[in-house]
Amino acid sequence: MDGGGGGLRRIGPFLIEKDLVAPPIRVLLVSAAALALAFLTAALVFWAYGVDPVLAYRTIFVETLLSSGGFAEGVRRAIPLLLAGVGLVLAFRAQFWNIGAEGQLLLGAVAAAGVALFAPLPAALLLPAMFLAGFVAGGLWAVLPALLKLRLGVNDVLTTLMLNYVAVYLVEWLIHGPWRGRTAFGFAYSDRFPEPAMLPLIPGTYVHWPTLLLALAGALAAWFVLTHTTWGYPVRVTGDNPEAARYAHMPVFRVVFAVALASGGFAGLAGVGEVAGVHGRLLEAYQISLGYGYTAIIVAWLARGNPLGAMLTALFMGLIFASGDVMKISLQMPFRVTDVFNGLILFFLISSERLLYYRVRWAPVRKGD
Amino acid sequence: MTEPDALLTLKNVTKRFPGVVAVDGVNLEILPGEVHALLGENGAGKTTLVNILYGLYPPDAGDIYWQGRPVRIRSPQEAIRLGIGLVPQHPLLVRAHTVLENLALGMPRGFLLPTRGLAARIAELTRHYGFRFDPRAPVWQLSEGEKQRVEIVRALLQGARLLVLDEPTSVLTPQEARELFKVIRRMRSEGEAVIFISHKLDEVLEVADRISVLRKGRLVGQVTRAEADKAELARMMVGRQVSFERRKPPVRPGAVVLELKDIHARSDRGLPALQGVSLRVRAGEILGLAGVAGSGQRELIEVVTGLRRPERGLVRVLGAAPWSGKRPRIAHIPEDRRRQGVAGGLDLAENLLLHDYARPPFARGPLMDRRAVYAFAREQIARYRIDPPDPRTPARLLSGGNLQKLILARELHGDPPLIVAAHPTYGLDVGATELVHELLIERGRTGAAVLLVSEDLDEVLALADRVAVIHGGRIVGEVPVEKADREQIGLWMAGVEA
Repeated sequence: MDGGGGGLRRIGPFLIEKDLVAPPIRVLLVSAAALALAFLTAALVFWAYGVDPVLAYRTIFVETLLSSGGFAEGVRRAIPLLLAGVGLVLAFRAQFWNIGAEGQLLLGAVAAAGVALFAPLPAALLLPAMFLAGFVAGGLWAVLPALLKLRLGVNDVLTTLMLNYVAVYLVEWLIHGPWRGRTAFGFAYSDRFPEPAMLPLIPGTYVHWPTLLLALAGALAAWFVLTHTTWGYPVRVTGDNPEAARYAHMPVFRVVFAVALASGGFAGLAGVGEVAGVHGRLLEAYQISLGYGYTAIIVAWLARGNPLGAMLTALFMGLIFASGDVMKISLQMPFRVTDVFNGLILFFLISSERLLYYRVRWAPVRKGD
Repeated sequence: MTEPDALLTLKNVTKRFPGVVAVDGVNLEILPGEVHALLGENGAGKTTLVNILYGLYPPDAGDIYWQGRPVRIRSPQEAIRLGIGLVPQHPLLVRAHTVLENLALGMPRGFLLPTRGLAARIAELTRHYGFRFDPRAPVWQLSEGEKQRVEIVRALLQGARLLVLDEPTSVLTPQEARELFKVIRRMRSEGEAVIFISHKLDEVLEVADRISVLRKGRLVGQVTRAEADKAELARMMVGRQVSFERRKPPVRPGAVVLELKDIHARSDRGLPALQGVSLRVRAGEILGLAGVAGSGQRELIEVVTGLRRPERGLVRVLGAAPWSGKRPRIAHIPEDRRRQGVAGGLDLAENLLLHDYARPPFARGPLMDRRAVYAFAREQIARYRIDPPDPRTPARLLSGGNLQKLILARELHGDPPLIVAAHPTYGLDVGATELVHELLIERGRTGAAVLLVSEDLDEVLALADRVAVIHGGRIVGEVPVEKADREQIGLWMAGVEA
């Protein structure tokens, strides 16, 4: 089936042809065009808000990209985006539609807080144990919907999404109830983590560098496993054509299970980084994560299945979050304008997907044709 | 030549696809008030012909006349306007909506309250034809037979005077099929013309007034029901020219490689698909399994290759169950090469590894050796002359023939003792077909056991040492090829037992 025609269509002197191999240059051009349209549409929002769009973009550009403080803030936001994004790249490559990175991230934060606050561990072991616990907790939060999908055919988009809410309310319950800090007075948050449970920062910034290294190493490892190992190969086959995987007697169950565990685990690590590197305590879900788990979907989508690509796209989305600070402080706009950005970017990216498979050629009609 | 009162006339209609002539110079006349069956095996060109009539493909050559006037049918809308209605093989209905809403969808009606007034007309039609369904029921509650009746009602509402039924019984139970035949007879008595497409002899003989037989895109015969004879139709359908030349030199068969004893298995829909199949294939032997589509072939192939567990019975490949870890290598040339046989987004080299990705020389421990992978790919591409020859080409871009070469290269690698080939030449051009035949014969000669499942009787007779016929999930006949009688096989395929 080729969706009605599929061959050639002519618009004026242009010939539109179907071309099923999208060369990298076209992917780049189409993605850039989608981003440009998103920014153009966002300009309307600025204008409607009473802010001159040109001034707004200039301010954002100068204060995030050209100031070291602004850039460092972008990097700090990119850390959880990269971790969760790499996890989602893995999940999407195996056609496990994990929309639940937000919840998995929160579970990672909860597990890390549990270890930091209550585990009688030697100081040197505290942080490694928190990362381990965060990985496991996030992973299990993703394994649950994966099992439902594999065993009962339950739609993974819905279950992963709904578990996000469960995770949010789990955090709420903990900080209002059993884990509420003795020093918190009227506020809902846990006690501060002991000093050995806090991540070191790059001096002069808020960049918790161990998590950053972990994220970069994770992206590299994910790329290597996918493309160069006998664990990654069945993941790619399963994601490309589950029917072929079954035909080849591949262990589809184990593949999806492992991918779900890794995917949620990466998001869990992101949650550990946020509580141990930024906040130093467990607090309200919306304060732990600015929707990193959702934005990571854009990171993964933009990276087009390549964990290395997620390094760039996570930084890009991190900078957009940093621009939210600029908009709040310099332009007196709400920080949540970043959500408008995110929404528009995802909208235009998904819409542009089909364009990848067409080539436009200049071919004027000659007389006598 | 054109009968003056013909409703529809096709003259010399031809449609080519890359590598095949799907419909080759077909002349056909449909008279008002007749049920005209188009009989043919899969790939005979029936569906292509329907798509031409319904405006989905333009013919490459030939003319179409509607009531004697030349017409060009460029879209389904134009077909409907002329009075041609199609009842597709798989109903195209919106599951969440009611029957009434679905029917309103196909009608040129007002924007507001599109179902107003329609209910009365539907009630009239259903009473007239004896349909039974509730127009207010949501479509997802309907059985396949009921959905099909909704499609028929839709075509009638749109004013169809020629109704095309594409393999209408393939989704029906025998009881539902009988209901359908009643409806068809009723329409005939109303002066409607019906084109009934099928590969099942019995039902064609039951319902048709005239029968046209298509084979490999050509019209090979036309008979009225009075002069139709089942054996004769079977012979026309599977091949007139007795190309009885043996292609495979006889071999003395060796040890039993594949053994099936009293296998019972269910289909994906949970219906009994295999009901006591017993077969043996020996080393050096090609067993050809003939039968019309949907007789249990798919389930049998899946049981033999370890993809489906039988409910009862014994399967052994060189003494091991095919799903056990000890199973020997089984080459499986799948029925649907694009859907099953490749991961289309992965490249040629990677698709060659589907079974061997974790074995040396392609892997050392968990690490894959990309150099070895691509070296192997270049070797196989050269050997099987796969085009394009770049191992980095995504598999989905290959043509059918080259895709099959890729699958053969992969499946025959490592000299598997058992080869299961499902419709291995379906849709292939002559060159690729030749290659497939040569490879299967050569492997048989060098000691592999081959189970060849095909609907192409010529192919089975040319390659196999023994021929078995499957019908309704049972082996209804088995014969050494030198004693094989084409007519007898045709009867077996139609379910007439020995």
